Amino acid sequence: MRVIIISGELQQRVFEQMEATYPNEGGGFLLGAAEAEALTVVDIIQVDNVFAAEEQHHRYAMRPQDWMRLEDQADERGLTLIGYYHSHPDSPALPSDYDREHALPNFVYIITSVMMARAADMRAWRLQPDRSRFDQLTLEVL
Amino acid sequence: MAKIRIPTPLRAFTDGAADIDVAGGTVGEALANLLDQHPELRAHLFNGEELRSFVNIFIGDEDIRFLQGLDTEIDANESLRIIPSIAGGLK
Repeated sequence: MRVIIISGELQQRVFEQMEATYPNEGGGFLLGAAEAEALTVVDIIQVDNVFAAEEQHHRYAMRPQDWMRLEDQADERGLTLIGYYHSHPDSPALPSDYDREHALPNFVYIITSVMMARAADMRAWRLQPDRSRFDQLTLEVL
Repeated sequence: MAKIRIPTPLRAFTDGAADIDVAGGTVGEALANLLDQHPELRAHLFNGEELRSFVNIFIGDEDIRFLQGLDTEIDANESLRIIPSIAGGLK
């Protein structure tokens, strides 16, 4: 699967959240459904950035307990935790080495570039199973 | 047997199974048994012999890093859970 589908409304919610957390990084989980040819984002859930406050302009982290809670919620709703999204303030929507070192395969990483407090670009990525690099996915906004 | 719950993205390496029965008297032995059953998990859980920094093992609500780490003893019917610490950011 190399296509991820997100509605314009959900994309707008991500943009608004990322602009609100600027100049810090923000993020959350992508809940969705996996089908034969594409992944579809059904819902997004904002999760607090718990990285040290003075580092939040270039770092994002969430509590393991948030993963546990949201994975259980997804199971209860018949959905799947398909990925996570975060912002890169005043930088391109390209994954960093830090992103790669902390990434899992089979998971979609949506990065939003926020330039001067305005969401400028959104791209979707997925880690290769050998952890060597991210591949860009086709992001379809419907 | 003890059980280990696998995080969603890694279930592709366990044939889709969320919970895996494992043998072992410690967390480390249980993880070794998990990797014997599903070797493709290793690269994503371990860096050499160490757990990757973003990989957490919980017993109930307790992170094993605040117990005895991989040497933490477990009961035969213990429920373990692998929880990634999601993180990202610029260089």
